[in-house]
Amino acid sequence: MAVNILMPALSPTMEEGKLAKWLMKEGDEVSSGDVIAEIETDKATMEIEAVDEGVLSKILIAEGTEGVKVNTPIAVIGENAGDTEAEGGAAPATEPEAAPVETSPVETAPTAEPAAILADPEIPEGTEMVSMTVRQALGEAMAEEMRADDAVFLMGEEVAQYQGAYKISQGLLDEFGDKRVIDTPITEHGFTGIAVGAAFGGLKPIVEFMTFNFAMQAMDHLLNSAAKTLYMSGGQMGASMVFRGANGAAARVGAQHSQDYTAWFAQIPGLKVVAPHSAADAKGLLKAAIRDPNPVIFLENEILYGQQFDVPKLDDWVVPIGKAKIVRPGNDVTIVSFSIGMTYALEAAEQLAADGVSAEVIDLRSLRPMDIPTVVESVKKTNRCVVVEEGWPVCSIGSEVAAQVMTQAFDYLDAPVARVSGKDVPMPYAANLEKLALPNVNDVIEAVKSVVYL
Amino acid sequence: MTDHRSLHNLEIGFTGILGADGKPIGELPEFASNHKQLIALYRAMVLTRRLDEQAVALQRTGRLGTYASSLGQEAVGVGVAAAMNNNDVLLPSFREQGAQLVRGVTMVEILRYWGGDERGSCFEGPKEDFPAAIPVGSQFPHATGVALAMKLRNEARAAVVVGGDGSTSKGDFYEALNLAGVWQLPVVFVISNNQWAISVSRKKQTAAKTLAQKALAVGIAGEQVDGNDVIAVRFVVERALERARAGQGPSLIEALTYRLSDHTTADDATRYRPDEEVSARWKKEPVSRLRTYLTDLGAWTGKDEETLLNESTVQVEEAVTAYLATPLPQAGEMFDHLFESLPSDLENQRKQVEELSREKTDA
Repeated sequence: MAVNILMPALSPTMEEGKLAKWLMKEGDEVSSGDVIAEIETDKATMEIEAVDEGVLSKILIAEGTEGVKVNTPIAVIGENAGDTEAEGGAAPATEPEAAPVETSPVETAPTAEPAAILADPEIPEGTEMVSMTVRQALGEAMAEEMRADDAVFLMGEEVAQYQGAYKISQGLLDEFGDKRVIDTPITEHGFTGIAVGAAFGGLKPIVEFMTFNFAMQAMDHLLNSAAKTLYMSGGQMGASMVFRGANGAAARVGAQHSQDYTAWFAQIPGLKVVAPHSAADAKGLLKAAIRDPNPVIFLENEILYGQQFDVPKLDDWVVPIGKAKIVRPGNDVTIVSFSIGMTYALEAAEQLAADGVSAEVIDLRSLRPMDIPTVVESVKKTNRCVVVEEGWPVCSIGSEVAAQVMTQAFDYLDAPVARVSGKDVPMPYAANLEKLALPNVNDVIEAVKSVVYL
Repeated sequence: MTDHRSLHNLEIGFTGILGADGKPIGELPEFASNHKQLIALYRAMVLTRRLDEQAVALQRTGRLGTYASSLGQEAVGVGVAAAMNNNDVLLPSFREQGAQLVRGVTMVEILRYWGGDERGSCFEGPKEDFPAAIPVGSQFPHATGVALAMKLRNEARAAVVVGGDGSTSKGDFYEALNLAGVWQLPVVFVISNNQWAISVSRKKQTAAKTLAQKALAVGIAGEQVDGNDVIAVRFVVERALERARAGQGPSLIEALTYRLSDHTTADDATRYRPDEEVSARWKKEPVSRLRTYLTDLGAWTGKDEETLLNESTVQVEEAVTAYLATPLPQAGEMFDHLFESLPSDLENQRKQVEELSREKTDA
């Protein structure tokens, strides 16, 4: 009986990796525990050990292959050399449940008015688009701004030598040196306060929180020092500073490490708060944040880091803070979201199109200031609104959007504003419960159906 | 078996130059031979004390907010600021009005701030100096950050941060001290140890025998100074600043002083502090100490004293008059300085507030 060896995941959020090296060749005898291959991601290298006994009968993925999806069969272990058919055939094992990527609804939209992704008004016609991950986009944004302005520097845990816990700062140490790419000890409160001081001292710090869960140690400096000093000094001390890192749930990291703080920060006068979804917005908004003369909280998402999007190839691609974007036009309902919530919103819009519901999907992108006029204009057209986010429901971004729409477009609403959010519990560690605690595409579809009375 | 290795001599230097009676007990630094410089220190301490008295009186009559007097601690603020160059940066806590005055912050600005007006922290003088830090200890990491900026730009200047004994129990203090040590930054941490953090005595703050020895844990220089001896304070802070500017790293200086006043005007220290302790400490206070020394030198007379007191009173009174004449901020001004430029949603809020306030005035 032949057994497939599958591409393993090094972390819950890994989607693909490189098959770096085969340590055995076809025909070799394999015992349980033998190291047969090495795989690499941008974060780590891991050895694959055989679990079963037998003969490495067939190598399916050549050494050096990049972008091998998790759970793809990479080799077959059989009883004899030449066994190549795993039980049930050599078909790939179940596809991993990858987060949905941005959809291109053009082909399938059956509604009377074909939905098209709106041309981004900020991108000049004819601009070449380059596909890159959110991770690469963020790294490029920092590198470009650091080249343009000597005062910009990056500070945080593992940002220099290790190239970033999530490899966002890959290559920055080599290019800019250890004066501008600074590893800190595990001292969030300290380095956040230090960044504030350095900003008032004339530099433009970018602070990377490994994740925003750790920013909780530094809340005093974020809320009381960064957000308020300009105000409390009668205008004497204002400065550029960016606090960025992964926010929200990753996968299987437990209640203390799976939290979405968007609504928390969005409540604070004196801060600007940004949470992009696409790589183009990640790049353009991070460049805007670094140049902004105010403190900016820049909320990234670990699940989105590895996702590919088109980014305009422009010398200086900057997306203004405070402007939402209609990512998909529609007429029947307005779906408002941001960050990873957009993946659910867009996929739901795609599936709803098949049912004849034309959804307009708005990516808020900035939460403070929040582009409510764009939402209100859309609701005046669609008369219905669903807000989608991963964070908790109480006093959430959804609460704010609902209140604003109710205040500014009450007479246009044909249904109460519906909110889709994470469940009102700490993130469960158990995989099945975690899945249930997070919003999903179906939740969005159900919410839309409830407001269009389907 | 445990192997004991000697890594540090737990010796903390203490500098005192003038005794409590105003007689020299240590070697005088060079600047002390210039009587004009000593008189300048004296005048600044007297003016600080006069301002504090008047500020407390204003608070008691409902014309100033909560105020933290520096009575008995004038030598720390004045000595620290006198040691600094103009282009160094001061990050004070809320009891450093003496330092602020020497740095060029005006009395009107100080009163305006404590009167509840943010405009008082927008200084005409030392533009890079920080406003008083009200959250306890938050100024320490800021100072390390300012020093980081100075080092990255290769500037031969330094940051000076002042906090109280109570603030050394905060994470801010340790984290700022630790990174200043790791990165060898040009920053001088001054602890104005006045023995009481509101009602918590120095002994209840830490089991460490001195606060200065906390420097040893992070590998930087630490020493104590008689904080009621302005000559000694200026001397040790100058020395630490010279090291800092020369790239020889940060220092922690514990200035031993005593809070003769209440913690603030909202406090009544007689409830937790024995009177005998306070009266004993009055005998060591810094102003009469330097006056005695100057008088003994023949550099200060009773007439000089009378003139100075009159001048100080007039200066403070003029500041009080100007402070009380400050027009109230307009309603819409609550949106000023929230951002470098106001986002449109807040612009709308500002307009609403202005309209409402106009209607109210008209009604």
